[in-house]
Amino acid sequence: MKKATLQLETLTCPSCATKIEKAVGSLPGVNKDSLSVLFNASKVKVDFDESKLTVEDIQKSITTLGYEVLKTQVKDR
Amino acid sequence: MQRFIIKQKRTITWISAALLVIAFTSHYAFHNELVAKWALITASVIGALPIALQAFQALRIKVVSIDVLVTIAVIGALLIGNYEESAIVTFLFLFGDFLEQRTLNKTRSAIRELTEMAPESALKLMADGEFVEVGIEDVDVGDVLMVKTGAKVPVDGTVLSGEAHINEASITGEPVPAGKETGSKVFAGTTLDNGTIRIQADRVGEDTTFGKIIELVEEAQDAKSEAERFIDRFSKWYTPAVLALGAIVWLISRNIELAITILVLGCPGALVIGVPVSNVAGIGNGARHGVLLKGSEVIHDFSRVDTVVFDKTGTLTQGRPQVADTVVYADDAQAVKGYLASVEKQSDHPLARAIVEYLGETPAHEVSKTDVIKGGGIVALVAGHRVAVGNVALMEKENVPLGEKALRDIDAFQKNGNSIVLTALDGSLVALMGIRDQIRTGVKEDLAKLKKLGVKHLVVLSGDNQGTVDLVARELGLTEAHGHMLPEDKAAYIEKLQAQGRMVAFVGDGINDSPSLARAQIGIAMGSGTDVAIETSDVVLMNSDFSRLPHALGLARATARNMLQNILIAVGVVLVLLASVFFSSWMNMSIGMLVHEGSILVVILNGMRLLRYKLKT
Repeated sequence: MKKATLQLETLTCPSCATKIEKAVGSLPGVNKDSLSVLFNASKVKVDFDESKLTVEDIQKSITTLGYEVLKTQVKDR
Repeated sequence: MQRFIIKQKRTITWISAALLVIAFTSHYAFHNELVAKWALITASVIGALPIALQAFQALRIKVVSIDVLVTIAVIGALLIGNYEESAIVTFLFLFGDFLEQRTLNKTRSAIRELTEMAPESALKLMADGEFVEVGIEDVDVGDVLMVKTGAKVPVDGTVLSGEAHINEASITGEPVPAGKETGSKVFAGTTLDNGTIRIQADRVGEDTTFGKIIELVEEAQDAKSEAERFIDRFSKWYTPAVLALGAIVWLISRNIELAITILVLGCPGALVIGVPVSNVAGIGNGARHGVLLKGSEVIHDFSRVDTVVFDKTGTLTQGRPQVADTVVYADDAQAVKGYLASVEKQSDHPLARAIVEYLGETPAHEVSKTDVIKGGGIVALVAGHRVAVGNVALMEKENVPLGEKALRDIDAFQKNGNSIVLTALDGSLVALMGIRDQIRTGVKEDLAKLKKLGVKHLVVLSGDNQGTVDLVARELGLTEAHGHMLPEDKAAYIEKLQAQGRMVAFVGDGINDSPSLARAQIGIAMGSGTDVAIETSDVVLMNSDFSRLPHALGLARATARNMLQNILIAVGVVLVLLASVFFSSWMNMSIGMLVHEGSILVVILNGMRLLRYKLKT
């Protein structure tokens, strides 16, 4: 398991956070319980299984929604 | 393409504004209906593009968002040829979004200021012995770093060499720079005022004290309260419900205009954003004033507190014994102090240390022989004089006559909660000192402010003896005082208060008090910045600054009130709008959108007031 922290562009509507939560949460290999979308900090924190998907997959799921990912950090759990 | 359009949202907003101006001037000034019509259509279409795209993305993951309502409404208006309304609605929606982002940024600024204080680079010692500037993510535990004047300390670490003054306001809230030398601990996010030091990294990144504070604040502002979760669930069903209502109205009345108007009016924007905005502004204000409030649930509970329970030692008092009162019976006070200091420097008893600290720099005398008398004090030969320092029992043993005045003084000192230290020089009494753990300065005023804020019960619980606790309670005007209490007794007592239906906050220094901090509805830790207590409590007073407590409570009250106001505004506006669709003739789509966006701004501006909140004195 790895822990990813993604800094997004400033989120403005709470429904953006809901969208991102659903999109990232539906990826296989993502630990749904660990997922938190911090609306005010515009951050996504999530644990994921690196054998099932890469952090780029997570980034992509967010960028396809139309939100920019500014910075990504991955740490070992 | 999608992302391009969404990124150009601001430009589109201005183009659509320009097109609206063109349309209205050609309509009213030149009566050129063709230009007006096409300007409006263009404005509607390009304005609707980013909205529709976001709506589409939301629908793909099965979220019916506000964008969906607006998109359907705009398409509907275009279809029935009401270009004016469609253009105005899209513009207002985009413009509202713009204002919302601007004002939201303001609200979040307090916390962003905090996160921007995070260090980004460091001078790291490389294998070749040179210091090279690297990004903060390339620094690992154990690395040796150099910090120069004006730079930020990049990690939590230990000083290896050099001296410096460091401004630690970001961690402790203390404005006076702290001196650092070899072996001192330094903290990430603090700024070096002057000097140069080499440090070894002990903790890096998120593990540093500063990193933890940021993480806590970030999580706090998004931690949801029961009310917010309710609103979340509510708005998830609310938007589809509005869609359904629109559809039903259309089916029954066959009035597509009315149906579309309902979609626009039903947007729940203010409701969704109102509570988070108050929350962020309140927490941001706290962060600036050395108060860490952990989330809106905490704010809600804290605002309803009617009983505050304090730990005594280290919370109401300084937490270490100090010389509070002195009487000197000899004529040459200076000489007495010199002898006394010389003797007390031989001992590491807490009372002796308090005396040495109190006396400060004194002429040193040679101490030739010291005897520690157990349960009495210390007797020593200083420069040929026999000096005895200790309690009354020691004086009796040394055959030192106390005299009537001294006995009266001793009695008075004891009544004030002092421990007594007597000094005899060559068999006669020369000095009396009263030592006690003194009350922090300003605590009395702070407690008075709490009472003014409506806290009914102020309780002190302590492991100390009942007499001392009563003294403190009397001096500070507390309503209840209980001594001889172990940590678990304190927790049990808090439980008892809660059983009486009271909302209890517990203020403690967080180490031996953790059961009580956990038990009370609101645990308030006197965090000295490095404490683990920061993590276990609900509210942290940075740098153990007691005087921030009234501000914290006042702020929590103001924030809770603000949230309620925002909910009322949001719900009220939607109700009024929907009612007026059915029962009035003046309501239309554009007015609805205007009021709707207006209400969003009102709740944001209302929330922003909290940034400037100050406790009235």
